[in-house]
Amino acid sequence: MIEPTAASVVPTTDPSTYLPAQPMPVGDLTEQMLATDFWTDELVAAAGIPIVDVPFVTVGSGIGSFVTVDYLRIAGVPTSQMRVLGTLDHPWQTYEYLTRVSQIPRTERLRSDSASRPDNIWGFPSYGLAEGIRHFDLKVLWGLFTEPIFSDYYTPKAGAAFEGMEREKNRIGYDEMLVKGLVRIVRRRYGGGYFTILTPPEGASATKRVAFRSQYVHLAVGYPGLKFLPELQRYRTEHNDYRHIVNAYESHEHVYERLMQQPSTVMVRGGGIVAARVLQRLMDDRLLRGAQTNIVHLFRTYYHGPNDGYGNDEDPRPGGGKTRIFMRRRGENGWAYQGFNYPKSVWGGQLKKQVRGLEGEQRAELYKRMGGTNTPWRKLWQKQMNQGRREGWYRCVVGTVDDMQPNGERIVNHVRTAQGVVPIEVDFVIDCTGLEADIAEHRLLKDLLEHGGASRNPSGRLNVDRNFELIGTRSGNGAMYASGATTLGGYFPGVDTFLGLQVAAQEIYLDLNKRKFCKRIGPVRSTIQWWKWLFGSKP
Amino acid sequence: MLPTLNGRLQTRIFMLVVFGGIITFLITPVLPDGAPGVPGFDGTFYRITYVILATVLVLGILWELLYHLIQQFRWEKDWPTMFGLITILNEGALVWLLLELGLVPGMPDGFYDYDLPSSFFWAFFVDFTVIWIVIWLWTNGPMRVPLVKWRFFGGRIV
Repeated sequence: MIEPTAASVVPTTDPSTYLPAQPMPVGDLTEQMLATDFWTDELVAAAGIPIVDVPFVTVGSGIGSFVTVDYLRIAGVPTSQMRVLGTLDHPWQTYEYLTRVSQIPRTERLRSDSASRPDNIWGFPSYGLAEGIRHFDLKVLWGLFTEPIFSDYYTPKAGAAFEGMEREKNRIGYDEMLVKGLVRIVRRRYGGGYFTILTPPEGASATKRVAFRSQYVHLAVGYPGLKFLPELQRYRTEHNDYRHIVNAYESHEHVYERLMQQPSTVMVRGGGIVAARVLQRLMDDRLLRGAQTNIVHLFRTYYHGPNDGYGNDEDPRPGGGKTRIFMRRRGENGWAYQGFNYPKSVWGGQLKKQVRGLEGEQRAELYKRMGGTNTPWRKLWQKQMNQGRREGWYRCVVGTVDDMQPNGERIVNHVRTAQGVVPIEVDFVIDCTGLEADIAEHRLLKDLLEHGGASRNPSGRLNVDRNFELIGTRSGNGAMYASGATTLGGYFPGVDTFLGLQVAAQEIYLDLNKRKFCKRIGPVRSTIQWWKWLFGSKP
Repeated sequence: MLPTLNGRLQTRIFMLVVFGGIITFLITPVLPDGAPGVPGFDGTFYRITYVILATVLVLGILWELLYHLIQQFRWEKDWPTMFGLITILNEGALVWLLLELGLVPGMPDGFYDYDLPSSFFWAFFVDFTVIWIVIWLWTNGPMRVPLVKWRFFGGRIV
């Protein structure tokens, strides 16, 4: 404050001395906007939100956005026609985080097919062929030839996937299209198209929000979130213990560090790829680095032979009885074995065709039958597990946890098994069950379900058509598409994978081609574009 | 490869007509003919090699039905890369057997009058193997370059 009796006035930057702010639009969402399903241009302008015109926006800025704009760039769309909205600096940022904490650093191999290349729409040369030729690695080439009969499926190193995407990102001018910020809402525009409301980072724009007015919107926002098992979450909050109970998808390196220092017992929960990776880390630490860890592996479903998504042969399934001779996979020692997260042909063969033709309950039934938690059979890992069983430091328990109680630094799990409730005391619990949150936990998706005309499919996710258009959201001459994990359960399974994102991108490109937004990638264009990819020149 | 039945048949026909047709045209003049010196060339050779190609195509459609049945026993419903190559053995053997038995129609007059000479076996062997390997290699990679939809639609071309 300026002292009124002072003889001289010293200018001050104290904001309290400013004139009261004039009432002016602050560029934020208004109550009226939030309550209106279709926005007019005037409504947005009246709120003081600046409007940016661009024909196509993709929301998410992860691998789903990247693969989609990559396809469209190759189909001749210039960077000026598209914007990528999201918070990520580069498309693989979230993916790299999740793979790293779940024990797949850059040098380790993903669970992904050789020809699933998010940086190459043709999948040729495949990761395996490129690796085999570049390093003249005959073992890799032999593996590609004999997989999956005489060798494990080839899978690329995480680092190779990220480096490839970086190269492709630069080639297609991805950064020119990227606008950073959090997308708060997408609403249909009166007269056609959509408004996508972005909240840019603090200080990046004069207003709190910026509106993108576009004819097409693509959503690839990824997993709405990961959930803990309810009993684990309860224990964590009640006992304020976030150190001993961890989720595999959160950073939990401190657990491995402690295990190196002190002989301990760890409970691993889950029977999927993440459990397999975490177990391998625990076993590597024990066998190669001298940790004295004992492992208790808790399965909910224990597979001991041929199985399908309903379980073992004796488990109940519609129509009763055993697995079908044409529809069963291998299993033993608790695990169901499968190369990738779906039977391979969902990405282009028989099962893809079959699911595409099914509706409602029939579709859900087939999803169920080919689903179920599973993991790839890997030679090295089998060897370690067998050693662990033989030497008694790896034990399996089948059941569910009724209750968890602290006992000093340790945790007592009351496990309900077929033989009754058994207390199991451990030092750490690593949750590898990978429960996913409901799509309504995502604010943008919740709004689309309530105000955007979107609906849920039989699996509870976003209901998309065969061309990945979000059913019920059409707006005049505009269309909204969605791909990735949020669309699981639709006419195409395997959406939440590298190849799934490419399958979706191809369908979206084909639809946009019909709408004259992009060129057709016919044999000539495709071949020319492939050579450009090979030499790293702009599409 | 993740073929559907329709895709299998389309790919088989496309590959044999296009690659089979071109390679047969190029390779026939240089196949061993049993005569000393530089391989000679006779127009009737074309008739023989193209009839063999057509035989492989017709039989191949039946083979594909069998492969499709075998594929049903696989949980993944895929067709491993290796299978695409080793099926040269059964398919090649059947065609040769039919030639030995004189059951392949459309051959030039007098073709079946004598036992088939050993040079003919080698000509058949080279012709069949070269076409098979080129098609196998092409199917497992480069085919995806001109036809960007092919791999996601079970090997369908149309």
